[in-house]
Amino acid sequence: MSDLTHLTISEARAKLRGKEITAAEITEAYLSAIESANPLLNAYVTVTADKARGMAKASDARLAKGDGGALEGIPLGIKDLFATEGIHTQACSHVLDGFKPRYESTVTSNLWADGAVMLGKLNMDEFAMGSSNETSYYGPVINPWRRSRLQTTVKPTIHDGGGGFVVPGGVEQSRTYDNMQLVPGGSSGGSASSVAAFLCAGATATDTGGSIRQPAAFTGTVGIKPTYGRCSRWGIVAFASSLDQAGPIARDVRDAAILLKSMASVDPKDTTSVDRPVPDYEAAIGKPIKGMKVGIPKEYRVDGMPEDIEALWQQGIAWLKDAGAEIVDISLPHTKYALPAYYIVAPAEASSNLARYDGVRYGLRVPGKDIIEMYEKTRAAGFGREVKRRIMIGTYVLSAGYYDAYYLQAQKVRTLIKRDFENVFAAGVDVILTPATPSAAFGVADEDMASDPVKMYLNDIFTVTVNMAGLPGISVPAGLDGKGLPLGLQLIGRPFDEETLFQTAHVIEKAAGKFQPEKWW
Amino acid sequence: MSVDLRTVKRVAHLARIAVSEEDAERMTGELNAILGFVEQLNEVDVAGVEPMTSVTPMEMKKRQDAVTDGNKAADIVANAPATEENFFLVPKVVE
Repeated sequence: MSDLTHLTISEARAKLRGKEITAAEITEAYLSAIESANPLLNAYVTVTADKARGMAKASDARLAKGDGGALEGIPLGIKDLFATEGIHTQACSHVLDGFKPRYESTVTSNLWADGAVMLGKLNMDEFAMGSSNETSYYGPVINPWRRSRLQTTVKPTIHDGGGGFVVPGGVEQSRTYDNMQLVPGGSSGGSASSVAAFLCAGATATDTGGSIRQPAAFTGTVGIKPTYGRCSRWGIVAFASSLDQAGPIARDVRDAAILLKSMASVDPKDTTSVDRPVPDYEAAIGKPIKGMKVGIPKEYRVDGMPEDIEALWQQGIAWLKDAGAEIVDISLPHTKYALPAYYIVAPAEASSNLARYDGVRYGLRVPGKDIIEMYEKTRAAGFGREVKRRIMIGTYVLSAGYYDAYYLQAQKVRTLIKRDFENVFAAGVDVILTPATPSAAFGVADEDMASDPVKMYLNDIFTVTVNMAGLPGISVPAGLDGKGLPLGLQLIGRPFDEETLFQTAHVIEKAAGKFQPEKWW
Repeated sequence: MSVDLRTVKRVAHLARIAVSEEDAERMTGELNAILGFVEQLNEVDVAGVEPMTSVTPMEMKKRQDAVTDGNKAADIVANAPATEENFFLVPKVVE
């Protein structure tokens, strides 16, 4: 049974339609995988086993009649940021204690309408604020990947004297694993870890500064943040409304395309949802990239970047060149200002979005002698350190006398960041290739990161520009570093040109192969 | 620019987050580290640059001015910590 969890969505889809397997069987396989692995990985905060079984049964009935949807019977995990009717939805925060929405987010509604099965809610950084999944009220998620050392043993050929018996020698390679726990990245750490560890066929995620692409890179999975406005934000707990976008994390490029097709829609309930039909992303996979112009931005070569990442980037360039793409050097001069501008814009938006958690309409309430004290005590007890830090920054930069110096300046810089991209696209560049992250996965409770918030923020240095400009970006696994950990490359596209990202990412995937962690959980 | 302990306490009150003396001291250091990091934005020449208001050039969609929903009072108060007859209960605000 357990090998059913190793099927990709496209493979499972074919077997379900061909009646080789049932939705009930694949759902049971995932539920039992979660039961044994979750105590170790902490990827799920709630498992909805009964609901999953009910949905699988309904899927099997539809499949039997031959009228299954695009994701009929495919078991998925849902990030805790998405409102799911009657089911735990807390953005992994204490302040939303006990919240069970009376409505369903548009993205998850779309998935269920296409026949997907919900396995449960996935762990994440509190309110999607973090790059390691360590800010969750429910504790850190563990990355299924571990560091390892490759050992090469050369064995001589043994000739057994006169009998002519020969034991052939050769070179044997084996890996010795380190038991240190690594983070899966964040904020969609539960999504990335559960996909990499075969605890769901695919997962929903969200990305405000890199929260889909960085965890995907840390776990050897594929993650795409589509263009701002492609997926409806209705029913997704808001962090920074001008930057937040939903997208999938999946085991390969094709699965990511299948999931995004179902998640994306035009939604009258979200005024920033863009009025464009959703294309068939899967159709872009396998198309040749001959003649495509790939831009390599010089500003993404940063000080202190590990050699492995530079080498991987060069390898990616070589793969695309071999496939017939034209490589051009480009400049995105305002790149270094994207992260500081983000740390004004995102906290500012968060401070107003999170004003609603006041102990009145939902979640936690800590009593006080008057209403102000009740607000202050509720929010002090309900929010974790990182969330408080960002609310404080946001409140400060929006406060009287500082608005122009911080917020307005940051929004102007944001215009310049977007203009950089517009200029290179206008010059004929079709897609931009960069590393996805400045490092591989790091350890849980890393002292450097814990002592300096800015150090943690630097994780998003290559991904945050894309959110600031509203562009689509995909992270695709491209290799392992010297310690056997996965590394990703990022492709950035023109607005609403996700098809080119899938097409190009598939070329990298074909050249690099797929990566999966050695099972220990 | 940097913040002092007094400013941190004032901002915490504006944000309606109770902070202890110890919290406020720790936050002062953390906020100054972040404010120091964002300082580099002042190097950028933004003369004549419009602040961004929307990443996609689009006109904001407007809904039809019609009643499409309603009669959900029970759903709306369902998650509240304290209610009475479909009202949210809060500590007394006026004498």
